[in-house]
Amino acid sequence: MSVASGGPLKVLVLVKHVPDAQFDRHLAGADHSIDRSESILSELDEYAIESALQLIEARGGAKAGHTVTALTMGPERAAAAVKKALQMGATDGVHVCDPALAGSDAAATSLALATAINHLGGFDVVLAGMASTDGETSIVPAQLAERLGLPQLTMASALELGDDGVLTGRRDSDTTSTTLQATLPAVVSVTDQGEEPRYPNFKGIMGAKKKKTVTLALSDLGLDAAHVGVAGSWTHVEDAQARPPRTAGTVITDEGDAGVQLVDFLADKKLL
Amino acid sequence: MPNLELEDDYQDLSDTVRDFADTVVAPVSAKHDEEHSFPYEVVSQMAEMGLFGLPFPEEHGGMGGDYFALALALEQLGRVDQSVAITLEAGVSLGAMPIHRFGTDAQKEEWLPMLASGKALAGFGLTEPEAGSDAGGTKTTARLEDGNWVVNGNKEFITNSGTDITKLVTVTAVTGTSERADGSVKKEISTILVPTGTAGFTAEKAYNKVGWNASDTHPLTLRNVTVPEANLLGTRGRGYANFLSILDEGRIAIAALATGAAQGCVDESVRYAKERSAFGQNIGKFQAISFKIARMQARAHTARLAYYGAASKMLAGKPFKTEAAIAKMVAGEAAMDNARDATQVFGGYGFMNEFRVSRHYRDSKILEVGEGTTEVQLMLIARELGL
Repeated sequence: MSVASGGPLKVLVLVKHVPDAQFDRHLAGADHSIDRSESILSELDEYAIESALQLIEARGGAKAGHTVTALTMGPERAAAAVKKALQMGATDGVHVCDPALAGSDAAATSLALATAINHLGGFDVVLAGMASTDGETSIVPAQLAERLGLPQLTMASALELGDDGVLTGRRDSDTTSTTLQATLPAVVSVTDQGEEPRYPNFKGIMGAKKKKTVTLALSDLGLDAAHVGVAGSWTHVEDAQARPPRTAGTVITDEGDAGVQLVDFLADKKLL
Repeated sequence: MPNLELEDDYQDLSDTVRDFADTVVAPVSAKHDEEHSFPYEVVSQMAEMGLFGLPFPEEHGGMGGDYFALALALEQLGRVDQSVAITLEAGVSLGAMPIHRFGTDAQKEEWLPMLASGKALAGFGLTEPEAGSDAGGTKTTARLEDGNWVVNGNKEFITNSGTDITKLVTVTAVTGTSERADGSVKKEISTILVPTGTAGFTAEKAYNKVGWNASDTHPLTLRNVTVPEANLLGTRGRGYANFLSILDEGRIAIAALATGAAQGCVDESVRYAKERSAFGQNIGKFQAISFKIARMQARAHTARLAYYGAASKMLAGKPFKTEAAIAKMVAGEAAMDNARDATQVFGGYGFMNEFRVSRHYRDSKILEVGEGTTEVQLMLIARELGL
């Protein structure tokens, strides 16, 4: 039964466990992948969770049978991203976890996610953040829409779901605001310009432990390991080097003509 | 061996409040401190997070947590803003807790959901111009007249008593006297619920305090304040005894807040010592600075262990009066000592009001005074030793 005909709204929200941007991030290992030892739920995904929760709360929330499923793909510790989503109010979680997924690029990631979403089935809205704060490609939602054969309503800063099951989103640019509509099911990504994500409360923290999280391996999804991970990725990082440290700047000592020297400096660099 | 690692729920709560303190509270702290303004927007977000309901059961609108959960939240808030932390501490421990502990079902139903949700605040009016820890000095009176309590008197230093969302102040008052065997007069002290809209109740002009500038504190005047007899909280004549039992756990909460303040001083000092250079190197490379900060860290750590210890006895249902007194004293002194050292690390900037360490310097002094002075804690500890 679809939402438009009065059935429960089923939202799937994609969450990612990413290195904490508060700390210095660096690449590690032979495949130059990012060091994930200090990781948290991507802050941009919190906006997706907030949007998902608001979509169901506007219709009576989880009590009325509506669901928000948090889905992540990543190693074992990535379960922390699902846990945070559950603490915020998601109703259940799915963790796609398989060693063969390590090193997946955006294309391989979207394949694994699309397979998992089809496997789970029945979602009205697939919601994502505007980008991950580690890879920052922003293309996974579009790839997912393509793979799932669904309309994509990406980079929305405000969302509204009508009783007719039509989802309206506003996409803001520097000069224009575009209103986009899609019928459900649809793939949506939201920016960080919407409402600030809520903090989990203690009841949510305690309650999260009682919520169900399903872990799925490639074999559960019927996915061939050759199509994901490093092997199945379309792009490969050949080499990576740390950015050289900044060199010392030019110091101008004021002996009465510092202003002139500054202007000369800027003019020389063609900054004036 | 005792396990002092936090369980997941506690750790997650602590991390969440820490994030909130850094992201939401810290950016507006200096402004509210300077303007002596109550941070309504921060308090309303704390309410949404359920912080005011932490130790209360869900049926009364609480979060179903416990007092240790509250203490952890207070530590994280106290780290960046003591005014915000004390607003929560007083709102829960002094405002709502007496009703939770001693209220009738009707009183709980009327007040707890509102207070636990943080939509309203309550204060506790105990201190008077001539009475604090010495309750015998209480001059406020309440007499029964035609089924009503008529309350008259003055209260001092009452936290959360005059905000726009304050709905209630619970006051201690003399409701009668009896004669002791030696002929001296014993005052019967009771607690009475006074809704702030009641005629004759006035929250006077806010104090000009040394610190805790964004916390709401007023003297109160009660002139023929008339409330129904059913507003008696707990048993008549048990008002002060009940308050003392609330105070013991309140000391754990204050110790947690003070631990946060002590840790906040460490964190700020470490950051600054790595950033600021003098004589060709970061000042943290000088032992005069690094040893000072190391000692500060030891104080914060000790304070934390002291309040964890007191809280674990409390949650286990064991006597914890002495442990709470020790924690309150050790943590209060750690905050003050660390604030003094932190401002020294900051040099001239430590004397500028907009720096967090200077705010801790002004804010921490009250931690050696409020909720029982250091001397009162020493008295309690000595008494336990039979001295």
